[in-house]
Amino acid sequence: MIIPVFAIKNTFRAGIKSWLNAFVLSLSIVSIIWLQGLYKGMYDQGTRAMIDAELGGGQYWVEGYDPYDPFSIEDSHGKITHVLSEMIKEKSAACILIARGMLYKQGRMYSILIKGIDPEQEILSIPSGILKEKNNGIIPALIGTRMAKNSGLKKGDIFTVQWKDSKGVFDAMNFQVSEVMKTTVQNIDNNQIWISLNTMQKIFNMHSEATIVTIKKDIKPVNAGLNWEFKNLDFLLQDMKTLVQAKTAGASILYIILIFLAMIAVFDTQTLSIFKRKKEISTLIAMGMTKNKVIALFTLEGMAYDILAVIIAAIYGVPLLIFTAVKGWKMPAGTDTYGFALGDVLYPVYSLNLVFWTLLFVFILTAIVSYVPSRKIAKIEPAKILRGSTF
Amino acid sequence: MNDKIIETEKLLKEYPMGHAVLKALNNVSLSFDYGEFAGVVGPSGSGKTTFLNIAGTLDSPTSGLCRVLGQNIESLSSRNAAELRTKSIGFIFQTFNLLPAYTVFENIEFPLLLLKIGKDERKKMVADALKWVGLSDRSDSFPKDLSGGECQRVAIARAVVKKPKLILADEPTANLDAENSHNIMRTMRNLNKELGITFIFATHDEKVMRYLKRKITLVDGKVDNDQITEESDKGEKL
Repeated sequence: MIIPVFAIKNTFRAGIKSWLNAFVLSLSIVSIIWLQGLYKGMYDQGTRAMIDAELGGGQYWVEGYDPYDPFSIEDSHGKITHVLSEMIKEKSAACILIARGMLYKQGRMYSILIKGIDPEQEILSIPSGILKEKNNGIIPALIGTRMAKNSGLKKGDIFTVQWKDSKGVFDAMNFQVSEVMKTTVQNIDNNQIWISLNTMQKIFNMHSEATIVTIKKDIKPVNAGLNWEFKNLDFLLQDMKTLVQAKTAGASILYIILIFLAMIAVFDTQTLSIFKRKKEISTLIAMGMTKNKVIALFTLEGMAYDILAVIIAAIYGVPLLIFTAVKGWKMPAGTDTYGFALGDVLYPVYSLNLVFWTLLFVFILTAIVSYVPSRKIAKIEPAKILRGSTF
Repeated sequence: MNDKIIETEKLLKEYPMGHAVLKALNNVSLSFDYGEFAGVVGPSGSGKTTFLNIAGTLDSPTSGLCRVLGQNIESLSSRNAAELRTKSIGFIFQTFNLLPAYTVFENIEFPLLLLKIGKDERKKMVADALKWVGLSDRSDSFPKDLSGGECQRVAIARAVVKKPKLILADEPTANLDAENSHNIMRTMRNLNKELGITFIFATHDEKVMRYLKRKITLVDGKVDNDQITEESDKGEKL
């Protein structure tokens, strides 16, 4: 037990050198926790938004539906089974019909997805209530801010949409933008318009059909019958997870650099320390410490920087991390290009797990870079070092 | 029981010097009794420090026999040698070699921590050692705040605090002025008398030699002279 005590004393009393090393190390610790927290927050926030607005507690997909294959969309619709109908009636599920169409506005043509949703649904946080028809012959439509920006549409605008119904007959009608919804979820916004499910089933000649049935959160999926396959959240969020992992890996270069700098500082200090303190090392050996104990002492001295670093990190890092967690991190313009749902403000999420593993990672690295130079102590010959002016 | 604390027989220590070989100790056969206050004297390069290093188990001879406290040092593992030094041997160095990050108290306490002595007993033993060297009022000071004489007294206290059987002092007065040198030597002689600790010095300082009861002169690694002197208080009279 005396060796750790000596190690901490030596490090704490080594003055500015120790504090500088510890400060660099603390920067790494805080940066890692902050960045990891930011990405965790990004994932949590994105996931929450997607669950609320798009995924619910999971989705039943009609056979053949592939959101990444625009050519199969036309055929991706099927009769809603009795089981699913019951769930929809009980407000435990909401169905969505998806089809392709062309939007005409001011002489321009846009390829879009038309999505039909029940205005009465309560499963998804989409303002579908405004899709109720008002008997004025114009079909109310809901679009997102991205769609509005890309197409130049705004609330009240009337536009023409052309489509091909289930029998292959082309048809067209005027729709009116009832609302431009602000959403972080691109999957319910980009290049798509929402209309009432009934209307869509009628004009597409797809009575009692749907493409997706989204169930309420915390509802246990059941066998929905032939042609309908349940996709759980793990599957539906896989892309999001992969994207965040890719972003995390990209950002990790920053803390690899920081950690590298901190480790270089510790390694350098340890190497210099062993060189400068050869007499002290020899004295310790003369007093009865074995070389292995001296190696352990110097390794622990290096690791004691971690303790100092944690203290420093706690002083400036904890308030900083709490501040960012509460106030959030304002996202710059253009974060839509990230490819997943991000709000204007991102709230980092820090967990004890994250702090524990970060500290453990830094502790292990510091132990290694402290031990490597300390091994040189084994080669020290105290008799030579302690030799005075006489031979 | 063997009454010799150190016994050497035909001790040889060679150092390679380029293509040549330097004999730092050449056929040295010596023995020291328990409780001696003796010195290995001689000019620089005569082999004094080498002899002390071998006797202190910090170095090993090229050939010959060296028995310290009844243990043949060539056959000691590094762990056993460390244990022997921890329990029975104290060192005093020319340059004091105090641990700069520790206070006077902590420096003196260090050997007791290695011996795993309990806190209360440690405190008492350090207080006694500080009293012996007259530094009770400096226990909280750091080495950088002490004079050379005070540093060496701390080094003595650190060496004697565990009451070892043997203390090896390599040029203990080389960095001290005359007055401090005499004070240090008087302190060590008193400890030799009171505690019965064997002191062996390596020195070429006349001031130290005046206190020695036995002087072994080494020249070019060989014993040139082994002289027993009368109970010496000559140093004090000077």
